[in-house]
Amino acid sequence: MNGIGTAAVAAQVTLVVVGAPLLTGVMRKVRARLEGRAGAAVTQPWRDLRKLLRKEAITPLGTGPAFRAAPPLLVATTAVVAALVPLVSTTTPVSRRADLILVVALLGLGTVAVALAGLDTGTAFGGMGASRQMTVAALVEPTILLAVFALSMPTGSTNLSAIVTGGLHDPVRLASPAGLLATAALAVAVLAETGRLPVDNPATHLELTMVHEATALEFAGPDLALVELGTQMRLTVLLGLLASLSAPWGIATTTTPLALALALAVLTAKVALLGAALAAAEVFWAKLRLFRVPELLAGSFLLAVLAVTASYFLTGE
Amino acid sequence: MNPAGTAVALAAGLAAAGAAAGALLPGRARVPAVGLCTAGLGTAGLAAGTAALDGVRWSARLPGLLPLAGAHLAVDALSGLFMAVAGAVVLAVAVYGIGYAAGRGPYGVASRGVQSALPVFALTLVLVPAAASVSTFLLLWEAMALTSLVLVLAEQRGRPAVREAGVWYAVMTQLGLVLLLAGLALFAAGAGGETFTALRAGAPALSPAARGTVFVLVAAAFASKAGMVPLHPWLPRAHPEAPSNVSALMSAAMVNLGAYGIVRVAFDLLGGGPRWGWLLVLGTGALSAVHGILQAAMASDLKRLLAHSTSENLGLVLVGVGAAGLFASAGHPLPAALALAAAFLHVVNHAVFKALLFCAAGSVARATGLRDLDRMGGLRARMPATAGFFAVAALGAVALPPGNGFISEWLLLQSLIEGLTVPGVSTAVVLPLAVAVIALSAGLSAAVFVKALGVGFFARPRSERAAAAGESPPGMLLGMGLLGLGCTGLALVPGMLGDGLSRAVAVAAPGGGPPLTGDSLELRLEHLATSLSPLWAAAALAAGLLAALALVRVTARRGRRSHVKLWDCGGGAPTARMSYTATSFAEPLQRVFDDVLAPEQGVDVTPVRASTYLVERVSFRRSVPDRIERRLYQPLIGAVDRLGEAARRLAPGSAHRYLGYGFCGLVALLLTLAASR
Repeated sequence: MNGIGTAAVAAQVTLVVVGAPLLTGVMRKVRARLEGRAGAAVTQPWRDLRKLLRKEAITPLGTGPAFRAAPPLLVATTAVVAALVPLVSTTTPVSRRADLILVVALLGLGTVAVALAGLDTGTAFGGMGASRQMTVAALVEPTILLAVFALSMPTGSTNLSAIVTGGLHDPVRLASPAGLLATAALAVAVLAETGRLPVDNPATHLELTMVHEATALEFAGPDLALVELGTQMRLTVLLGLLASLSAPWGIATTTTPLALALALAVLTAKVALLGAALAAAEVFWAKLRLFRVPELLAGSFLLAVLAVTASYFLTGE
Repeated sequence: MNPAGTAVALAAGLAAAGAAAGALLPGRARVPAVGLCTAGLGTAGLAAGTAALDGVRWSARLPGLLPLAGAHLAVDALSGLFMAVAGAVVLAVAVYGIGYAAGRGPYGVASRGVQSALPVFALTLVLVPAAASVSTFLLLWEAMALTSLVLVLAEQRGRPAVREAGVWYAVMTQLGLVLLLAGLALFAAGAGGETFTALRAGAPALSPAARGTVFVLVAAAFASKAGMVPLHPWLPRAHPEAPSNVSALMSAAMVNLGAYGIVRVAFDLLGGGPRWGWLLVLGTGALSAVHGILQAAMASDLKRLLAHSTSENLGLVLVGVGAAGLFASAGHPLPAALALAAAFLHVVNHAVFKALLFCAAGSVARATGLRDLDRMGGLRARMPATAGFFAVAALGAVALPPGNGFISEWLLLQSLIEGLTVPGVSTAVVLPLAVAVIALSAGLSAAVFVKALGVGFFARPRSERAAAAGESPPGMLLGMGLLGLGCTGLALVPGMLGDGLSRAVAVAAPGGGPPLTGDSLELRLEHLATSLSPLWAAAALAAGLLAALALVRVTARRGRRSHVKLWDCGGGAPTARMSYTATSFAEPLQRVFDDVLAPEQGVDVTPVRASTYLVERVSFRRSVPDRIERRLYQPLIGAVDRLGEAARRLAPGSAHRYLGYGFCGLVALLLTLAASR
């Protein structure tokens, strides 16, 4: 039991670390195809990472420990989240600790670390990126926690495994207005949290429109590799989490190797599908002006409020 | 003899010795003597509080100490919690204060008056929770207000801002006392006795109207001490203008007593308040949390920012207290106990990290003379220990793991989620909003402390004073080290507090059973299948960090890092003036909350005389005034002013008229008496 559970955690982390650059590759490929280009190979992000990792590590003059610590911290927080959330199995040795609030806070820690690194450089772009990133993060937080609140209401617990298992046993809950609204709110929050369109453009090369990229501007070589990997892992984990919360079917609830293998395959498919859908949608979206982003987030906050209200009044308590 | 009683007696003796030393000792010996006495007093308070949290109870009646009623003191677990917090803060801040005040001139923080008031203030902080009768409580409360006023005014020489802060503080705190006096006198009259035992026994006999009045008066008085909206304007003035060790004491220990007062009077003595009253408390707390953190996000004065954040954190505490009252009044003791435990844990966490933040800000102010974040920068290289302590405390304040603030906010959210089992439309509407408020203030506080740490301490210095800064003396670092240790301990092993918290909660809201249990590894919530293990999370993060570093080490072709200059867009090295300041960092947030904050800005363009098309000078100014203050207090002060002017006409100096006033007054009094018979 314990051996398989540990294997499930290891499989989750490995899948996220190995799969994250591939997911980015798939998304770029989908985007390129839709735009009529051939696009780079799916493994291109991995090649980029390998190239960056082999380069010389560079510390800009005047930066300190905050700058040095941010890239590994970003990867570490995301890796811990990848181990915690039930992506492959709901019964792992750590599933008792898989608290949704803790997960949100760990991702927040990564954001804060990168923002501090941006300020540590003392350049205008670093500060600008940090300021924008923290603004968006501050506004995303209420949405996420309220969606968490709505999702945890039927279960009475913020434990992720309990929420996912509850969804498996009671699929009506997922399709209820509360469940759908909460998922929609969470989806918008995920877009903002991972810096995708329409909140931020991950492929931008224009400094004035950058949010996340501006904080990462001074990173080079292995540091940049870790920042890229961390960002890609965040996207993968959050898409996986979204998949587990809204369509948990296929996740392993028993501790047999077969269920685990099946769950891995289903998870890969689900995340790839979500990623491809996101990439396809991004072709048709334009980046919002920074000061229009709060309106989007306010909308998603409203969805979350509606979700809570719906789950309170429609469950007939 | 009872350990709590011994410790209280010891604390009183040390305070007297400290006050005497402050008043009598000459120059150089004064500050260390007072500091040591105060530190000892803090230790005694901590010991008394810890003993009470372990289950020791103590009460004493000292008939000779006060005329007529005598002084009543009693220590239970609830008072023990607040005594322990105050004692711990006093201990660390007193150690810090020795270094902070040493070498200052004969005026200000090292002067006789200030040094003799300091131990008395510290003693009142420790003893207010131990008061067990209305008169004792009010006396200690007022002593606390007066000594803190003396301390706030310590550096008033040549600084009008300090005097203004002193006036605001004095007026607000005395108005608070009037409310408190009225409320408690009404309570004591209705209950037929002024000791807390008599109040407890007489509370059920009060009429609902009297209960409601007592509740509102007392809650308003305590809320003003906690810096709650709309009674908050004194806090962001008085806390920053006081010397930093006093700011730390006020922000970390004194404001807590506002929360203590509400819990003691409303829960313990009144035995629960009306439902609408608790909704009021919760709403005030939520409003203060958002207002405080928004003002902090806009502030570029470091100590003002910290003061606003105090308002926010006490707001969160009151959200917990209000939610607890709401649940208890609906007859659900379990979520009530949990919410109260969360509020208490947040009091403890906030006290430790806020004391450390103010101490670090004080070190910066001492080394550079700066409080303006826009002119700091680069302090990490010049004051590494102070910057490190500030970072530890800021991690606690941002409510992210592995900081201590995260644990109490997590607990608060859990209690609100459990509170959904309480039926009623008010909970259905209020609880989600409370969750949103906690989340918004958590998100904004992350932005606030990234700003404070990143702009204030990182990057390069933006002024000559910041460039010339040096590290603080070891005494100050020792004081900050104690607080840093406290932060780390609370962040990693909060489960150790589980039993003490449960005992304190049981005093206020009995019947809930222990809301949480814990050992060194884990914090478990009874009744909810939820647990949090901060130590485990920290270990997992450390393991992840090591793995990421190992990945880099294994794949690296070249071992050493090389130092190169910053990317400069080919335009020459960027200067410090190009980096983001606190004001520019806060600009997007200010735009987002434009409608709420209503910033005022103006651009003055001065053209040269020859042509209006050529500009000689452009000046730009912007301020974000406190809107509540502007809308509520300025008209009020104006009206009082006008009333005062008008009243002067009543006193023209004519003796006949004064005799006429006396006659009219007498007739009116007699008529009233005749009518009321």
